Amino acid sequence: MEKIPILRMGEFLLVTIQIDMHDQLALKLQDDLSNAIQKNATKGVLIDISSLEMVDSFIGRMVADISGMGRILGAETILVGMQPAVAITLVELGLSLPGVATALNVERGMALLRRKIDADGADVVAH
Amino acid sequence: MSSPTKGESPLRSEHDIVLARQQVRRLTQELKFSLVDQTKMVTAASELARNALIYGKGGAMHWEVLQGESRIGLKLLFADEGPGIPNMDLAMTDGWTSGNGLGMGLTGAKRLVNEFEIDSKVNGGTRVTITRWK
Repeated sequence: MEKIPILRMGEFLLVTIQIDMHDQLALKLQDDLSNAIQKNATKGVLIDISSLEMVDSFIGRMVADISGMGRILGAETILVGMQPAVAITLVELGLSLPGVATALNVERGMALLRRKIDADGADVVAH
Repeated sequence: MSSPTKGESPLRSEHDIVLARQQVRRLTQELKFSLVDQTKMVTAASELARNALIYGKGGAMHWEVLQGESRIGLKLLFADEGPGIPNMDLAMTDGWTSGNGLGMGLTGAKRLVNEFEIDSKVNGGTRVTITRWK
């Protein structure tokens, strides 16, 4: 059975999508990821799509759903590495992915995640 | 010597959507479309292939390389034998869907190409033709 691997890196999860996914595989990833977030009490998820040459409305929706679902489970999700041609196409298609945090690459995404999580921690202390 | 100028791929399973995307990528690469234009055409094809499979219960993608006098293009026809679209105005509204989708497939695909035609008959299937010129 085909599967997109989910790697655990400390308190974060890293998913690197390297193949042209069919729809069921995208749905399976969404499922696997929600389970992994819960099991590991993950605070942050990085989804690296730098190898994806196309994002259509189905994959776009999956990413938005993962991000929304992650937030409910207490994890921030950052989409990293989108190719410029993919970004241009996605906006023209009508999907601007509101509510999905993005970063240029994994390094910057990781830094952004740390800042977000640190800021959340500070909020809790302040209250 | 030269590559074929037309052909077709079946749209009977989800895997066929992936194959249709790859076919369109290959064709647009051979025609030397820019990377952005390749991506737009592949994405439009993915949306329409999924529609043909999910709403049209399967069909086929027919492709043809167009050799104009001064330009070259790629035409794709997505044909299904499904229930058809009873209300075309509604179907061509952003965000409207008769199924579980986002409702961006048809309208989004239209924005990604130069020419877009849709012909649908209730109980007679749907045919969507798109063309992108280089």
